[in-house]
Amino acid sequence: MGPFSRVEGDLEVKIETENNLVTRAWVNAPLFRGFEQILHGKDPRDALVYTPRICGICSVAQSVAAAQAIASAQGKTPERNGSLATNIILATENLADHLTHFYLFFMPDFARDCYQDKHWFSDINRRFKAQTGSVHKEVLPARASFLHLTGLLAGKWPHSLAIQPGGTTRPIGMQERIRLAATIHAFRHFLQDTMFGGELEQFTALQTDIELVNWQNNHPQSDIARFLAVADDLSLKNLGHTSDNFMSFGAYADGDEFLFKRGTWQQQFNPFNADDIREDLTHSWLHTRAEPNHPFQGSTIPDSDEAVGYSWCKAPRLNRQVMEVGAISRQMVDGHPLIRDLVLDSGANVRNRVVSRLLEIALVVPQMEKWVNQLKPGEPFCKSASIPDEAQGAGLIEAARGSLGHWLRVKNGRIINYQIIAPTTWNFSPRDIDDQPGALEMALQGTAIDDEGLGAASIQHIIRSFDPCMVCTVH
Amino acid sequence: MKPFNMLWLQSAGCGGCSISVLNMESPDFYATLKQNNIQLLWHPSLSEESGDDFQQILKRIMSDQLQLDLLCVEGALLMGPQGTGRFHLHSGSRRPMFEIIKEISTKARFTMAVGSCAAFGGMSMAGPNLTEACGLQYDGQHPGGVLGEEWLSHGQLPVINIAGCPTHPNWVMETLIQLALDELSPAELDEYRRPRSYTDHLVHHGCPRNEFYEFKASAANHSLQGCLMEHLGCLGTQARADCNIRLWNGEGSCLRGGYACINCTEPQFEEPGHCFTETQKIAGIPVSLPTDMPKAWFVALASLAKAATPKRLKVNAGSDHICISPGMKDEGDD
Repeated sequence: MGPFSRVEGDLEVKIETENNLVTRAWVNAPLFRGFEQILHGKDPRDALVYTPRICGICSVAQSVAAAQAIASAQGKTPERNGSLATNIILATENLADHLTHFYLFFMPDFARDCYQDKHWFSDINRRFKAQTGSVHKEVLPARASFLHLTGLLAGKWPHSLAIQPGGTTRPIGMQERIRLAATIHAFRHFLQDTMFGGELEQFTALQTDIELVNWQNNHPQSDIARFLAVADDLSLKNLGHTSDNFMSFGAYADGDEFLFKRGTWQQQFNPFNADDIREDLTHSWLHTRAEPNHPFQGSTIPDSDEAVGYSWCKAPRLNRQVMEVGAISRQMVDGHPLIRDLVLDSGANVRNRVVSRLLEIALVVPQMEKWVNQLKPGEPFCKSASIPDEAQGAGLIEAARGSLGHWLRVKNGRIINYQIIAPTTWNFSPRDIDDQPGALEMALQGTAIDDEGLGAASIQHIIRSFDPCMVCTVH
Repeated sequence: MKPFNMLWLQSAGCGGCSISVLNMESPDFYATLKQNNIQLLWHPSLSEESGDDFQQILKRIMSDQLQLDLLCVEGALLMGPQGTGRFHLHSGSRRPMFEIIKEISTKARFTMAVGSCAAFGGMSMAGPNLTEACGLQYDGQHPGGVLGEEWLSHGQLPVINIAGCPTHPNWVMETLIQLALDELSPAELDEYRRPRSYTDHLVHHGCPRNEFYEFKASAANHSLQGCLMEHLGCLGTQARADCNIRLWNGEGSCLRGGYACINCTEPQFEEPGHCFTETQKIAGIPVSLPTDMPKAWFVALASLAKAATPKRLKVNAGSDHICISPGMKDEGDD
């Protein structure tokens, strides 16, 4: 099956069915560009130019991970003003992504003809239809205005060089801080009017499924209520289950703290250790080593004739386990009561992934307002430091779609190894040496396919519920 | 009136040019299409159709049931390994993407390469170019690419190269509307078939650091206010684009964001041969000089300028905020 519109990049999925149920699935990322080869031998500072070009929708996330990897190799930390500005820029990209995913990528599937007989179809079709839905004339301008934050703080978006290991290149003056705040306020009001139907802080205070249902009933004209009504009718909480192993590298660092904690959740919270990551190449079209490697020792050498390979994507594993990443994972690890309640009840599924993303938008906007207030005009935004001739460093961050890692090794002042694991590399990985399917491969199993056969809407909902970015996946 | 039918395909790129197009303002992307009677047949990020529904659109174009007025291609074309195109197979059909694009371009009245990757190979062509990436009608600086130097679309135009990394949404949209109105002539394209509407300018035009440039009062490190050409790799004096005239994401640009222009509308910008953010110099003189500036003059002018730099600019260039404003009088003046 493929291509899939409204996912970032190229995706192909093969499924096997029996009695109209999916028994097995194979997920393939069919595009290989080879960024890790491009970086080999380059000056480490050039990673700041090349890595954002892995992806035009997660561009800043790649920049932040690269800047952190270089800073880590230098043994330095950025100026605080620079950290704050970086968080604001990254949050802008992440929230623009969540917004774009919900309105442009995910909701249009409910305006498909196969849902014509549903009682909610006429409203959903009018509002969310791909390209012609009424909501686009509200969302596109609001998103573009919100991105003015990047115009001011980062020059342009996507693909900025403003984010450096020592901070950011664009100091902010007193009045410019006011401009930043005004832009965020306008976005807040758009969200409160359109997506949530009420104040962000009241939405994020919800703690249980029942409170969420009350919100839906009290704000029926909000887009989240529209989604929840469809989710109920189609039982989206029964679609797209994984093994509920959640991971987060920690989001929005401020010194040693994170806004959303670093860790894993597997029936309980556990601390996370990056040393436990391995890249399994068994089913990838890449030269396989004797054993899966940690990214510091990793390699990415294409071998399109690899006998048991079926994807350019690697299979990253944590302690040999399949992990799911994304907003749902971050909120489970951080312990937001609403998401813990929803997942305790029905696990990771299509509905809970979407609710997690929307909740995150409501959580992060007020935090952006705080970061702007904490900026100190007149104090430094960026410090300089050289990179030692021999060094290694890692940048571990949370992009919109989940955990993103860059592992850099420098020798003789040049990059000798650079390995990247992107969020969708985790979520859409192929099988590993233990034949464990990746998160999406698992999520597709057990899905009922109706007489429509391969075009079944459920498959589309499950795939898009992960908000995949395929260009990042393989790079 | 018949709509102007447009098909957008993504090849080996990052999708950033599409994301940039969605940043379009006053009016937004969909409003602009509607106003100009442009029908977007399919776009990978925006359309409802996946799988077979999408393949049907291609079939209808190839069988002439559906007229294709404009083919937009984003991302480089991957020929490798060894010309097989195996590094980029199209999902579902498993055909090499470059073959599909070659085939569909035979039906297009006009063809547009959106972004430096589709135009020349761009970022996808960097480093060892394992994947044998190239542009639609260029291999880096050299005419050729997948379609060949002599290729013309039905509308008798070569591939129109909206180069940039990413492109500005309005570069794309204004060219698109000109094509819809049948108003784009070859004379409006420059030596690399980029629209002169933006490449007739240099990024240097309108740079907010122009006073620092005049006196060669340079920034030694990032976040300082001085000119970025001398030390921090800025190629704005050579880069063909109007980025500091037509601004980005509200009122931004690379230079306004405090970092060097990396000349991203130029073929082979992705391999400058040195660190992007460090100016290559010999005996203190940049190897790469401003456009039309003879070296001897540059050396002389730079020398004079440095000798005449006012204290205000010298101090401000090395600071991350304005320390001495134009109104402040120094005891050394008068």
